[in-house]
Amino acid sequence: MRLREKLIESFLMLCGLITVLTTIGIIWVLAEQTVEFFQHVSLSEFFMDTQWTPLFADKHFGILPLLSGTLLTTIIAVVFALPIGLTIAIYLNEYAHRSFRATFKPILEILAAIPTVVYGYFALMTVTPFLQQFIPDMAGFNALSPGIVMGIMIIPLISSLSEDALFAVPKSLREASYGMGATRLQTVFRVLVPAASSGIMVSVILAISRAVGETMIVAIAAGMQPRLTFNPLVPIETITTYIVQVSLGDVAHGALEFKTIFAAGITLFMFIFILNNISFIIKKRYHEQYE
Amino acid sequence: MKSILIHLKPFSEKSVPFKVTDVFSFIQAACMAALLSACNGSQPSGQSGSNLSGSISIDGSSTVYPITEAIAEEYRKEQPGVKVTVGLSGTGGGFKKFSRGDTDINNASRPIKPVEDSICKVNNVSYLELMVAYDGLAIVVNPQNDWVKQITVAELKTIWEPAAQGKIKRWKQIRPEWPDEELHLYGAGVESGTYDYFTEAIVGKTDESRGDYTASEDDNVLVQGIASDRNALGFFGFAYYEENKDKLKLIPVDDGNDANGAGAILPSIETVKNKTYAPLSRPLFIYVTGNAAKRPEVQNFVEFYLANAALLVQQVGYIALNDSEYQAELDKFKKFAEQMQ
Repeated sequence: MRLREKLIESFLMLCGLITVLTTIGIIWVLAEQTVEFFQHVSLSEFFMDTQWTPLFADKHFGILPLLSGTLLTTIIAVVFALPIGLTIAIYLNEYAHRSFRATFKPILEILAAIPTVVYGYFALMTVTPFLQQFIPDMAGFNALSPGIVMGIMIIPLISSLSEDALFAVPKSLREASYGMGATRLQTVFRVLVPAASSGIMVSVILAISRAVGETMIVAIAAGMQPRLTFNPLVPIETITTYIVQVSLGDVAHGALEFKTIFAAGITLFMFIFILNNISFIIKKRYHEQYE
Repeated sequence: MKSILIHLKPFSEKSVPFKVTDVFSFIQAACMAALLSACNGSQPSGQSGSNLSGSISIDGSSTVYPITEAIAEEYRKEQPGVKVTVGLSGTGGGFKKFSRGDTDINNASRPIKPVEDSICKVNNVSYLELMVAYDGLAIVVNPQNDWVKQITVAELKTIWEPAAQGKIKRWKQIRPEWPDEELHLYGAGVESGTYDYFTEAIVGKTDESRGDYTASEDDNVLVQGIASDRNALGFFGFAYYEENKDKLKLIPVDDGNDANGAGAILPSIETVKNKTYAPLSRPLFIYVTGNAAKRPEVQNFVEFYLANAALLVQQVGYIALNDSEYQAELDKFKKFAEQMQ
């Protein structure tokens, strides 16, 4: 009996280890190739050069154009998704009838179940032509349209997590607010949202790391031209798109051009890693506050 | 903390927030490659029923490669006993092996050079040149672009040479009367033969161009980009333009040399064939050695090649010769093979 217990225990541990070992393996591969990459390209060139053209005659290895593309689409997504997501969260938590909430929430979460490749073509074929009716100068590949569609995709993430945060605010705070004669709106914006702010921030940061790592939507609809710009109307390229572009091409393994995708990959990894840690720290504080 | 649950409910088609047809057309495009290879069986015209064996080694141009490979693929079904290998060392690299007699057939995107010819003579390698297709590149802009009526080769060079990187960014910089609008460039990716050819013909050096443009190996991406961007300028294979005519505006190109047609010339099947659409069109060849032409499997393969080229050349995106021209090439080959016996 004890032996069986031990076996089950070690099996469970093995399952846990698989994820940890996979992560270590990925970091190892990324780091190894990145180190080789930086033997050819200096760190200052990587972070200061304003051009990214590793595949062409005049080679430049500045990550900034890719980084600006990633940041631009992410900012558009969050600017679009945060007000809508938060409004939905407040409405569902404070105003909506219970039966409405029960049907609306699952429908909202279907948004998270749509494959991102579908979102990508939705951005390219539907949203871009629609926006071009108002902005005729907008290019077919641009940051705005995939940014907005990415925003639509992360709305359920923000609204769901924010709603959890609002829900977790102790009843006593809400009742105290009403007791002082505050209206519903005042209670929501002066008491509940500030009290849940750390949880809302966690939701936003998780949404940002989702948007930063998003690949398919931007690869399809944002273009493939590394460009250091914050103009949302022209073709750009994100870090993820560049990795896709090189992996699909015929660049020889082991060549410097091939190693660029690892350098780009580790930049992306660090980015998301830092964001997730910030959200972890905020979450920890939040729990200390109320439990 | 509650997790985000994904509730899947059956929903009517009406509630789907995107056009279903778009997704279908995407799926269609994605399956294109599979379909192309799947529609075999009906097209290869029947050759001799006998089963041949042996092997045929082919090398050379990466531009001709898609044609030869498509034909080899069909041929393998016809004659599974014959092993056909197709390499892509480039026209020059291929001729090096060819002139030593190491390969049977060389794919070439230009005629053989005198130097290569003399090496063949030294090594006692006789050969025959067979034209198999035309390759043309189209320069296109968005249909809403009303300022570009024609463009010169020199202007194209100004736009695409490596020195333009980060500098030539507005239409006005190319010709003062063009508007002060951003210039958005679209072109073939660095790994494609189209890119090699374009840089060679326009910039003057193979594989040298600016890097700040939308580069894709997928022509669909380029068509989509140019068709939806007022400030776009791009290039890709002429055959691909033909398929997307209604969404693009073709630009005549002036090479400044009146000897091959004066003024700016619009690419068309005629101007590509009569060589007036220069320098963005060229014939493509295969070269067969005399020793190889003696072998029945090579004879059978070359005959199969010329009989099926018309259809397959178009499928892989090039311009085919007329049936009578293919017949003439076939006759030329038959005569050559007889002489070699």
